[in-house]
Parts: sequence; C-alpha cells; structure tokens
Amino acid sequence: MDKPLNNRAWLLVLPVLLLVAFSAVIPLMTVVNYSVQDTFGNNQFFWNGLDWFREVLGSDRIRAALGRQILFSAIILAIEIPLGIFVALNMPKRGFWASLCLVLMALPLLIPWNVVGTIWQVFGRVDIGLLGRALAAMGFDYNYVNDPVDAWVTIIVMDVWHWTSLVALLCYAGLQSIPDAYYQAARIDQASRWSVFRYIELPKMSGVLLIAVLLRFMDSFMIYTEPFVLTGGGPGNATTFLSIDLVKTAIGQFDLGPAAAFSLIYFLVILLISWVFYTVMTAQKETL
Amino acid sequence: MAAPRDHKGWGSALVMTLYLLFLLVPIYWLVNMSFKTNAEITGDFSLFPRHLTFANYRTILTDPSWYMGYVNSMIYVGLNTVISVAVALPAAYAFSRYRFMGDKHLFFWLLTNRMAPPAVFALPFFQLYSAVGLFDTHIAVALAHCLFNVPLAVWILEGFMSGVPREIDETAYVDGYSFQRFFVRIFMPLIASGIGVAAFFCFMFSWVELLLSRTLTSVNAKPIAATMTRTVSASGLDWGVLAAAGVLTIIPGALVIWFVRNYIAKGFALGRV
Repeated sequence: MDKPLNNRAWLLVLPVLLLVAFSAVIPLMTVVNYSVQDTFGNNQFFWNGLDWFREVLGSDRIRAALGRQILFSAIILAIEIPLGIFVALNMPKRGFWASLCLVLMALPLLIPWNVVGTIWQVFGRVDIGLLGRALAAMGFDYNYVNDPVDAWVTIIVMDVWHWTSLVALLCYAGLQSIPDAYYQAARIDQASRWSVFRYIELPKMSGVLLIAVLLRFMDSFMIYTEPFVLTGGGPGNATTFLSIDLVKTAIGQFDLGPAAAFSLIYFLVILLISWVFYTVMTAQKETL
Repeated sequence: MAAPRDHKGWGSALVMTLYLLFLLVPIYWLVNMSFKTNAEITGDFSLFPRHLTFANYRTILTDPSWYMGYVNSMIYVGLNTVISVAVALPAAYAFSRYRFMGDKHLFFWLLTNRMAPPAVFALPFFQLYSAVGLFDTHIAVALAHCLFNVPLAVWILEGFMSGVPREIDETAYVDGYSFQRFFVRIFMPLIASGIGVAAFFCFMFSWVELLLSRTLTSVNAKPIAATMTRTVSASGLDWGVLAAAGVLTIIPGALVIWFVRNYIAKGFALGRV
C-alpha cells in the first residue's frame, strides 16, 4: 500500500469532518462540561471538580448495572459465536437455497429494535404468546414479567434470535473465500471432519470471526431498546443494563452531573474497545 | 468437478431448517396476531386467525397519528441516507487513494462514533437541537443519525473503492479528465454497488434506531417506532394494532434485502470482509 501523500485530500474529508463535529464533538463537550459542574436549577452552574466521577465509581447501583452488563455480554458471546459458526458450516454453499438462507437469516437484523422487543413480548407472554403458552402447557412455571431468571433467559434468547445471524453471515463470507482445492487436498489426505474445521476452516475464518466477536461485544455492551421494550429493566432492577440505567438518570431524573460523568466513563470503555477493533481491522487489511 | 461440500447432506438441511424455524416462528406469531381481533387474541388461543380481519391495518392506514409515524420515519431516514452517502463519498475517496496528515487518526475517530452508545448522546443531543431550534424536526433526527451512519458509509465505501485499481484514476487524469468529471462519470458507476450497499445500511440503521429519534421528537416528526411504544403504555390492550404496526415496519427491510443479499456480511462488518 503506497498511496501518494496529498494533503489537499483534507478538502475531500472536510464535509464529513464538519458534520460529525456538529453531531459528535459539540454534544460530547456538553457532557464533559456537565460532568464537572453542579447546579441548583435556574441554569446556574458551579465547579464541582471530580465529585461526580467519585460518586459514579462508588455507586452500588451503577456497579451492579456494570456487573449485569458484563455478565450479559459474556453469555451472549458464549452462545452466539459457537452457534453462528455452527450455522455457517451448515449453510448451503451456492445456488438458490444459499440465497434463500441468506435472506431469511438477515430478516431479524433488519427489524427495528423496539419491534424486536415487541415480537418477543407478544411471543413470550403467558396469556397470549405462543412461547409462553407452550411452556406453560409443558408444565414450566414461566413468566418473564415477574421472575428475574425468566426475564434474563427471555432477553438472552431474544438477542440470540436477533444477532446470531450476523455471526453466521460473517463466518459464511469467510468460508466462501476458501478455494475448493483445499478441501480436495484434505480429502486426499483423508482428513477427519474435525481437522478440516481446525486446520482449514477456522484459520480462514479467524479474521471475520474477530470482527464478529468485537461487533457483538460492542453492540451487546450498549444494548438498550430491546430489553427496555421487553422488560423495562425489571423485574426490579434485574435487567437494568448500563444504557437503561444511564437514560433513566439522564432523561428520567435529569441528574445531569452524575449522568455526564457516567457517560464519559462509559465512552472511555467503548473507546478502548474501538481501538482494539481498529487495530485488528487495519492489521488484517495489510495482510490481505 | 464438484466440491465435496456442495453435498452437505440431510444433517445440514435439518440444522438449517431448525435454525430458520427458530428465526421465523416469532415473526409468524406477530403476523398471525396482526390479522386477529383483540377479542380473539386475548380470549381464544389459535395458531391461525379464525376470523381473519384487516381492521388492524385499516386503523393504521386511516389514522393520521399512526400513518404519519411512517411518513416521518421515511422522511428522516431518507434525508439521513442522502446526507450520509453524499458527504461520505469524497471522504472515502480521500481515505482510499491518498495519505494525508492525520488520516489514520481521523479514520479511527470516525469509527469511535459508530461505536458510541446512543444513550451517551441522547441528553446532549436533546439540548443541542433544542438550543438551535431544530427540536422535533426531521432534519434533527437525520443529523443525529449521521453520528453513526456517516462513519459507517465512509468505512463501507472505502472498502469498495479500495477494490478499484488506482491505475483507472491515473489513466483518466492523463486523458485530461478533471477530478469532478472523473468522479461522477467514471468512478461512481464503477462503485455503484458499493454506493447501493452503503445507502442500504444507512437506511437500515436509521430505520431500526429508536432511542435518539424518540428523544429528539415529540409530535411533528415522531417516528413510527415511538408511536408504537406510546400505544403500549397508554392502552396496553390494543395488541392487534400493535402487531400490525410491527409487521409494517418489517416490510421495507424485507423488500430490498434480496438485492443486497451478497453484501450483507460486508455491510455489517463496515466494509471489511
């Protein structure tokens, strides 16, 4: 990659820069501003130092939300990544059936996130939902509205339903790039199914798989709409994840200072993961 | 010679059938419900609507407070797609063709915006757009969604553009094409599929987002997604209409998905597959 050096290229980037500055930098600076000030209303602010950060970092409620968030992301990755690989390995390789599978699998990805919540709400309810009714008929005491464990299970199944296809589609794209000659060579060597997977398919998928892991981690880490619609963070606080807690503080209670400090810490975590993501993406591009 | 893996056998077919069933049954239940009356939904449990009714859809398509939600969503999603792709095109070209001061940092900074939690931005957006008098307008939501869609469009387009050999640019310049003429007449047709894919993903991510669009609107630009949440909390009973509204939000994505099926993975991975 020896691209010519040309600083006039900045002119081409300028529109993006201005637009994103308006929609990202200004709001972010507002957040920074709030995080170090306090107010008694009337738009009178005074310097508050780092108190909000101390309060947020010491808050049991936020620590609990963070704990739930990490647990949630860990469970999501542990289920969706292996399942996605498994589905990708079983997809038809080409032809009409492959296209049909692609389209049907992508369907959940294109549904507005609150509708995803609604779908699982009407699917899981004990009184009107197919799932709720079926489980009740089988003798399970299932009710995601009252029982924290049921609520968790429902949200996890919903997320698996919503996003496993993303992992599968990415792995499928990786598998498509493996030349047939590799499989023929493996057949001549009488390689077992497992060694074909371990020594041919997995290394070829590792790049896309890394992207899949990072994307799923980031997006599950900031999940908001789907659990908000399904459980509203309840029962109690059982499914209150970081974003739900943040929106409650910021817009529900209008606690600007703590919400802003919380936002900045949240954002720094995301920044760190983005950096890993970027390093992976660019390193991969250079090896291609 | 056919590859051995073209014949995956019944095991694979079974796995795929089960997985697709898992994906489709919840959607089926929503569709099923949207054709039932409320009395049938709550009183009579059945796998098919016994008294097929289109009343739920009629309610939505004749009541302005419902169908305007779709119109509003369409307006800001359309605006956002046009803005995002228009500003991303030259930027993506710059990133794919040149080195310049701070290019890597800039590219990374764009990515961080795609990864930023909307919850962090909800409150400051609300205040920013209220301050400049854009609260509850379509353009406010369109601009807010640029936060994640512009980086996405830049990344996807850069991925497609880097697949076009640079010799084409150089030949065109030698032949006396100006940059604008080259870009519009030669380069854009070459990456037409990339532009289509970028537009599709901008459309989609703007369409599925709820948190920001709900925060930035109250009446005039209220998106369909927010209209739906209001109905749930207010009456809590109108399941039929809710289901019908949900089905109608799935349709736009389902209509165009066939055309981008081979690029879905690329789009979700920000142009990096």
